[in-house]
Amino acid sequence: MSTVAPPRPAPAPPPPARPSLGARALALWLRWWRRLTAMRTAIILLFLLALAAIPGSLLPQRSLNQNAVRQYVADHPTLAPVLDRLYAFDVFGSPWFAAVYLLLFVSLIGCVVPRLAEHVRALRAAPPPAPRRLQRLPDSAELATPLPGPAALDVVEEELRVRRFRVVRRAGAESTPPGPAASGDELSAEKGSWKETGNLLFHLSLVALLLGLAGGKLWGYEGSILVTEGQGFCNSFQQYDTHSSGALVDGGDLTPICVDLEDFRAEYEEDLTAASYTADIRYGGPGEEGRPTTIGVNDPLRVDGDRVYVTGHGYAPRFTVTLPDGTAFTDVSAPFLPSDQATMSSEGALKLPDLGAGVEDQLALEGFFAPTGLMQGGVLTSIDPRPLNPQVAVLAYQGYLGLDSGLPQSVYSLDRSQIERGRLAEVGRANLAVGETLTLPDGTAVTFTGVDQFAALQFSHDPGQVWVLAAAIALLAGLLALLLLRRERVFARVGADPDGGGTVLSVGSLTRGGGESATSFAELTGRLRAALDERSPTPSAPPSGGAAPDPEVPPRDR
Amino acid sequence: MTVDPSLAELSDTLFSIAVALYSVAVVAFSAQLAFGRRPARQPVPAGAGAGAEAPAAPSRTDRWGLAGLAVTAVGAVVHTAVLVTRGMAADRLPWGNMYEFATAVVLVAVVVYLVLAVRAPAVRDIGAFVLAPVVLALVATGLFLYTETGPLVAALRSSWLAVHVSTAILGFGIFFVSGIASVLYLLRLRSDARGAEAGGSFLSRLPNAVALDRVAHRTAVFGFPIWTFAVIAGAIWAESAWGRYWGWDPKETWAFIAWVVYAGYLHARTTAGWRGRPAAWVNVVGLAVMVFNLLYVNMVSIGLHSYGGLD
Repeated sequence: MSTVAPPRPAPAPPPPARPSLGARALALWLRWWRRLTAMRTAIILLFLLALAAIPGSLLPQRSLNQNAVRQYVADHPTLAPVLDRLYAFDVFGSPWFAAVYLLLFVSLIGCVVPRLAEHVRALRAAPPPAPRRLQRLPDSAELATPLPGPAALDVVEEELRVRRFRVVRRAGAESTPPGPAASGDELSAEKGSWKETGNLLFHLSLVALLLGLAGGKLWGYEGSILVTEGQGFCNSFQQYDTHSSGALVDGGDLTPICVDLEDFRAEYEEDLTAASYTADIRYGGPGEEGRPTTIGVNDPLRVDGDRVYVTGHGYAPRFTVTLPDGTAFTDVSAPFLPSDQATMSSEGALKLPDLGAGVEDQLALEGFFAPTGLMQGGVLTSIDPRPLNPQVAVLAYQGYLGLDSGLPQSVYSLDRSQIERGRLAEVGRANLAVGETLTLPDGTAVTFTGVDQFAALQFSHDPGQVWVLAAAIALLAGLLALLLLRRERVFARVGADPDGGGTVLSVGSLTRGGGESATSFAELTGRLRAALDERSPTPSAPPSGGAAPDPEVPPRDR
Repeated sequence: MTVDPSLAELSDTLFSIAVALYSVAVVAFSAQLAFGRRPARQPVPAGAGAGAEAPAAPSRTDRWGLAGLAVTAVGAVVHTAVLVTRGMAADRLPWGNMYEFATAVVLVAVVVYLVLAVRAPAVRDIGAFVLAPVVLALVATGLFLYTETGPLVAALRSSWLAVHVSTAILGFGIFFVSGIASVLYLLRLRSDARGAEAGGSFLSRLPNAVALDRVAHRTAVFGFPIWTFAVIAGAIWAESAWGRYWGWDPKETWAFIAWVVYAGYLHARTTAGWRGRPAAWVNVVGLAVMVFNLLYVNMVSIGLHSYGGLD
């Protein structure tokens, strides 16, 4: 295949000083990178992060409460769709929230990694050379001594080594500006590099924490299910009432474990404050006998990185339904959801779609359950959360429930549209105590036979949370080191005393963090003064007030 | 677990006494500002750190101020007794609802002020400005958050209550003092900017701006790791109580927001362009977030932290 190359325009001579496109892009990139990793940007991003989290607490969130979101959408038909498009109901999973924290973390990494490299270098290297003018440091002093320069520096070095400083001595450099006080040997000392270590640990732990959190979200899952006493479930998404799972979870590869609820107990104080919820369960692999254990509030089952929680409880009234032909459905029950946690008054529905061959009509009971019922003005209410006098107020319906219509419906209520269309008709209502029977017009008898308790159980799998915990502990350790430690640098230089034959020792110190540095510096110079005087054959100056030679610290021979 | 009614009643009486004592302290501190000798003050060169908090070396003791301090100390003892008797009455830690939480937070704030007043006499003069919000907060707590002494709900019966709530109370109390110091710093800056001729204002009797800023920063530095620990402990507790360590429950969200704001404050204070006034504003916002988290999240929003005990 041959093609004719289009005539190429003669290449224009490049502008003389113009850098290449690559170099310009690099320069632009560097400029933006520097801007992003600047502390000022980081502060702005921190505030953006705080601001971005606010709508997540003020608006209902799908991750917390689906029903609240539905209610909000129903109450605000014009505003809600706009908000929804802005991810206002999924703030913490929204692209803009992710954008803020990812930018913040890029900024953090861009700031911390160069500092990490620098810190590693600094840990290996000797303390930096003394600045030219020690008097300019926040704390500085000059001490005169008859000792020769090297001997005076020996004293300083000893004093600093006792205080666990890293010390390095340097010969007086020719490059120091000429002058009486800046020509001699010098000494640099440093202490407290753990402060910067803590700083880096803190910031890197934040990155680790985010990674652990993300890993847990990707490979984690949780499922919730209501289990009535005597029943159980196995860990599979088909069984759960609701479940959520990370993008990398294979639904066929969940931990094979089954849990049976044997007994559930709710205990109350005298004033009916809930004191404890405990569930006796058996757990084990499918088909196994299972090991018994008890779980409760604040006390989940932990097995191989998975956890099973009791997150709620309620009552499941039991009914025996006897058809006119004598067919009996004994002790069928359905969980009723508590509408008031204080009295445990509950609402729910029992659906019987299949009453046997030849029976076309389906049967349903919908109603209100009171663990301790009291009739007030013809209305059943509950006055106690304990099942002292269980009563139900039920409406019985016969007809078509619409369960196979393809539209999902709540298990806790009947499909209103079937009632409105007349396919499901009310055929009776009654308030029943245990043992009482409602007889329907066609002769069907519905007997309230008692009540079971159910527990809301949650199965959770989060492989990231151990990492998050480790990162959080490291974060705290780093933070404490960063905030509580101080980094001190002390410099000293000797020069000839312009007034006589002795030496002038200049000392300066630079402290980062930890507040007041003047007192500790005064204490250091006092000690130096005393040690210098002790070494001197004849004290050149009277010891300053209170700074007497300390017999506890004898000058060490070297 | 029954409630001892006489101890519960004693606790309520002590609460009123503590409020009364603190009110007396406010009067004493105000008298100090009004009639007390103005502290001798050297002009502070801009940006200078050393010598900035040179105390006014009181040759003559300022009796009003010391009286205020003494009454505050007695008040703090009574205030502590409020919580102790309440805890004894219900036989549990006395921070199971908003009333007890707020009472404890205010106590921490008072104690932090007392410690500051002893350790840094230069900032003792902020007494009126700490105690006045303290009295307001306590009265509001008593009026709007009061809850009868009672047992804990099941979810709170965990040893993490002692760890998580105690540290949250500590952090909050410390941030309370820090926020007040930043407010005073901002006021002081304004009064300084107006010039010395406005020196008759009570603001000129405050500690100098550098000292106030330093107190605000030091207390925030002290409070931040404690708050961090409180959040981490809360996450650990949430993992065993609610099935996940973090779920953006409104309380968690606002604790996170507060943490981020205080992290911002600590960074701002060491960043060129943010030092001074802007950083102080960040600290004030932090305190506002803490208060919002206590009031709004417990009283208005529906979340898992609804232990307020209010109907």
